[in-house]
Formats: sequence, C-alpha cells, structure tokens
Amino acid sequence: MTRNAQNGLLGRIDGDVAGILLLAALLVIVLPLGLDIFRLNMVGKYLTYAFVALGLVLCWGSAGILSLGQGIFFGIGGYCMAMFLKLEASSPEATKIQSTPGIPDFMDWNQLTALPWFWEPFHSLTFSIVAVVAVPALLALIVGLAMFKRRVGGVYFAIITQAFAAILTILIVGQQGYTGGINGITDLRTLKGWDIRTDEAKLVLYFVNAALLIGCILLCLYVRRSKLGRILVALRDKEDRVRFSGYDVANFKIFVFCFAAALSAVGGAMFTLQVGFMSPSFVGIVPSIEMVIYCAVGGRLSLLGAVYGTLLVNWAKTMLSESFPELWLFAMGALFIGVVMVFPNGLAGLYQQYIAPRLRRPTVGRTTMPAAAAPIIPPHTAAD
Amino acid sequence: MFEGYSLAELGSIFAMQGFAGLILFSVFVLMALGLAIIFGQMGVINMAHGEFMILGAYVTYLCSNVISSTVPALFPAYFFIAMILAFFASGALGMLVEWGMIRFLYRRPLDTLLATWGLSLILQQVFRSVFGAREVGVVLPDWLMGSVAVTDTIEVPINGLFVMALTIAITVVIYTVMFRSRWGQGVRAVMQNRVMAGAVGINTEKVDRYTFGLGCGIAGVAGSAFTMVGSTGPTSGQLYIVDTFLVVVFGGAQSLIGTIASAFTISQAQSTMEFFLSGSTAKVLTLLTVVVILMLRPQGLFVLKVRR
Repeated sequence: MTRNAQNGLLGRIDGDVAGILLLAALLVIVLPLGLDIFRLNMVGKYLTYAFVALGLVLCWGSAGILSLGQGIFFGIGGYCMAMFLKLEASSPEATKIQSTPGIPDFMDWNQLTALPWFWEPFHSLTFSIVAVVAVPALLALIVGLAMFKRRVGGVYFAIITQAFAAILTILIVGQQGYTGGINGITDLRTLKGWDIRTDEAKLVLYFVNAALLIGCILLCLYVRRSKLGRILVALRDKEDRVRFSGYDVANFKIFVFCFAAALSAVGGAMFTLQVGFMSPSFVGIVPSIEMVIYCAVGGRLSLLGAVYGTLLVNWAKTMLSESFPELWLFAMGALFIGVVMVFPNGLAGLYQQYIAPRLRRPTVGRTTMPAAAAPIIPPHTAAD
Repeated sequence: MFEGYSLAELGSIFAMQGFAGLILFSVFVLMALGLAIIFGQMGVINMAHGEFMILGAYVTYLCSNVISSTVPALFPAYFFIAMILAFFASGALGMLVEWGMIRFLYRRPLDTLLATWGLSLILQQVFRSVFGAREVGVVLPDWLMGSVAVTDTIEVPINGLFVMALTIAITVVIYTVMFRSRWGQGVRAVMQNRVMAGAVGINTEKVDRYTFGLGCGIAGVAGSAFTMVGSTGPTSGQLYIVDTFLVVVFGGAQSLIGTIASAFTISQAQSTMEFFLSGSTAKVLTLLTVVVILMLRPQGLFVLKVRR
C-alpha cells in the first residue's frame, strides 16, 4: 500500500469518528429531548436491533458471510436475561398462590414441580451477564467450526443458519414448561430490586443502551481497521488467494461469526430489559431475515449506516403498521427487492455518492483527494 | 416408548404412520422437484417458491368454485383442469419474475435470496388482500372421498393415494423432460457450462427463462395437489420453504434422485417419530439430524460428478 492509501485511511478515520460523535449526539441529546418516554423507549427497542445490524455489517458486509440466523443469538441473549429477571420475579413470596411456590408461573401452569437444572445458575446476575455473551458465542463457535472448517459457505451457510432459526423456534414453542412456549417469558419486574417498568428506569436503560451501542460501534470500527478486518475483506473478495497466502481462512470466518453472534446477544439482552419480555417471535426465520434488511438498507458496508437503517426501517414499520397495516408487507418486500437491485450499498452508498462529495467540496479543491468520495468497495464485488 | 402396544398394533401403527409419511413425502417431492430444478440446476435461491405453490393452490380453489357454480357436470374432473391452470399460472408468473428480477442476479446468489424473500412478502400480502387471511379449502369430488380398508386395522384415504399417484406421474414426466428430451439436454448443458452451451448455439437466456418457469409451474402443481390434503392460507407457503430447501440440499443439490431419496427419508422419519413423540419434538429431531448430517457431509447424499 502506498502513502496515498494510508492518507485516505486516516482521512476516513476522522470522518468515521465525526460520524460517531454525530450519532452519539443524536442518541444522547436530541432524541431524549425531543421524544416523550414512550417513543424514547421505542427508539431504545429499535436500537437493540442495531446491535444485530452491526454484527451483520462485519459478518456479511466485510466478510461476505450471510447469516440468516442472527435472531437465534438475539433470542438467546434475550432469553438469558429474561431467565434471570423471571427468577427474581418468582420469589417464593411473590408466587405463594402457585402449587409450587418459587418457580416461574408458566412452569407451574405446566405442572412442573421443580426448577429445571439449566435454570438454576440464572439466579446469579454475574452468570447471566456472562451467559448472554458466552452461550451465543459458543453456539456460533460450534456451528462455525463445523461449517467453515469444511469450507461450507455462501448460500449453504445461509440455509443452514435459517434451519437453525427454525429449529430453535420450534423447540422454544414446543417445550412450553421450560421456556414459556409461544408467549415467551413475560411479566418481568425488577433487576436486583430495581423496578425496570418505571419511566425513570426506562430512561436510564435507554442511556445504557445508547452508550453500549456507541461502545460496540467503536469496537467494530477497531476490528475493521485492524489487520484482521482487512483480511476479512480480502477473503470475501478472493478467498483462495488469502488461503494460498498462508492464512487459515476458516478461523477468521469463525471469529467474525462469533463476534457478530455476541453483538446480537447484547442487543437481545438490552431488548429484554427495555421491553420487559422475550418471546420466540424474535428468534425465528422471519425476524432473522428482517434483521438482514435493517443492515442492507443502511448499507452493508457501513457501521453507522446500519444503525440509521435499523432506525429508519423500524420507524417506517411502526408508522405504517399503525396506520396502514396491509401496506407494510408491500413496503418491506419492495425494500428487499430495491435494496438488492437498485442500491446495493444502501443509505451509506447514497450518502457516499451524492452527499459526501458536496460536503467535501471546499477541502477537495485544496487537497488532491477526490478518490475519498468514491464508494469504499465497488458495487460488483460488494454484491457477492 | 414401545410399551403397551402389541406386535400387531405396532405393525399397524408403523403402516398407518408410514402412509401419512408417504403423503407428506408426496408434497415434499412435488415442492422439492421444482426447487431442485431452480436451485440445483440453476443455482438460484428462490425463497418465494412456497408462494408459487400457494398461487397454484388458490387457482385450484378458484377453479373448484367457478366450475361447481357454472358447469357442475364437470365437477368430478375439475381437479385436472385446475392442475393445468395452476401450472400455467405459476409458470407464467415465474417467467415474469425471471425476466424482471432474477436474470440480473445470476452471479449474486445471496442477493437473489433476499430479493425473492421480498417477492414472497409481496405475494403473501397480495394473497391476503385478494383471498382474505383465513385459510380456504376445496370441496373434493365424491370419488376422492373416503378410504380403502387394507386390513382390519389399516385404512388408507383415497385422496392420499391420488396425491401419491400424481406425484409419481409428475416425477416421471419431469425425468423424461429433463433427461430424455432435447430441451432437457439443453438445460443441463447450460447449467454445466454456460459459455460453452452458448458457443454451440443454445440460447441460454431463453433456456434460463423456461427452466425457471418450469420450476415455478411444478410448484403450482404441487400447490394444486396440496389442496387435497390440507387447507390453504396466505402464509402456508412459508411453513414449508425451509423444509423444502433442506430436502433439496440434503439430497445433493444437483441430483433429482437424491431429492426424492431425501424427501422420503425426512418425511418418513418425521411422521414415524410424530406418533411416539410430540409433533414439535419429532420435527426438531428430524431437522437437527438433517442439519448435523449436512455439516458432516455438506455435499448432500447424492453427488453429481461434473468436471468444472
């Protein structure tokens, strides 16, 4: 790489940091001032999906691995959190009207008389928080090891992850006594004695969520700027060449898949805290593929784009389903088709193409760097 | 899990569940055949395949209503008319989709997946707007009602038998078209080596369009057959799509025989287990087994050896 390219990279780092500061200002100052607590909580809910979208930017955008099972990890993260909260809400005093006090209500309805073994450790908050990240990452590791070491990729990987999403949903719905079934785990009240249902708690959780999101964006940015990030891009574009250069391609893929899984799980846990329940409707095939469209609309190559894309799609979904419910699926379908056929780089691509050149014009005249305005990745390679 | 059943009873259970599995198998095969042509031969992921099937089911539903109200004399045979109409309706829509969308995406399989998913959402909403959200069923003509008693304890429904016969007939037709006709030869040539096929004078774009249309048309016929054993709703297609993809991948994407063998294995395993375990556990076990086998043997059961 020449000095010129390095300059370009530095220039972009500045641009990215400015963009993150702008996003932070929007999330921490503008939105809390402009929205009432109900709408703010809703934005908080949308932002939890942005964690998934960030993971997809790395996994799909950078490394070219399309996972249609991110809902699995989002769900597991959410369920780990929900299990802790549910156990706290099912203290023997609070559940003394049940035939077996001290176990979650849905277990009592399903004639369970003791807490299943895998629920036991979730009495501990520390364990639960570790589990939120560790369990999905471990699952991703197993799936990744099995698939990538055998050089299964692309479409097959997408279908298998989708099958996993289907399996997990059927399992959760079927094992009602252990998981709460189709209703999920509901009626969550307190976190270590702190009522999460009050407006103040929602406000605090919103800020925690926003801070975590910014932290995760910085972490993703660090990964992308590292040598590892560049190897990921390289193996997306010419996998064989990376392999022949002496890298174990599978390990990089496994890492990025696990990383994306952990990110999604953090989002899931924050979702449970802010919304107050977790159900299989956030796990299955349909939500998983919807999460891909959040990332695609924002721009599969842009971390910030993914956040804005998530906010925009969810906002549109809420607006449309409030006023014209029958239009939503049309809009969603059109989005899928449009984002693939007309603007594969999403909002970020449009920004790079039309807005960024105008913003940079004063400086572009003096420095000789028009190339910085070009899309980071040419569209034809981004497509695969 | 076998306690409490005598040997004869167990035999009957396996026979009855085996037959239920055969009906499931027929639906799987019909759906998977279309997909095997589109995915296996063309390498296109069509997530809207289930909706093409449902289109066929709705065409059959319309047909049964129209014929029973206008020409009741034809009613016993309406199913055959409906099947042909379903084939052409789904096939024509498929060719339109290929022309408008798929042909730009041949080199981007992951993007095809997303775009066809979008298409499936749109089609679902169209179905819901036109036919309503409730599931609809067709009235079967008299000769398809009832069941045949094979022994005292084993009974098989006639509509199930009919669907199976239909599946066999369609499979034979597809086999003949793909492997015994000149057109099928062209299709296989294009799939094996597009550039070379073009060089020897095959119009590859036309072959693509008709192949995609054929795959979708078969899905339409599958939908038509599906109405005989189940009711149809706007989202019924989505329920089957992942199973069907697994069937095709499990069988080895390029092999029609593999598709049939894997459909047989999966449907039999599922319906036999369903009797002894709960439905959801059976489904989870079947899918997990398939996925684990696919992880160990990603190329599927049957592999077509092609020099690339």
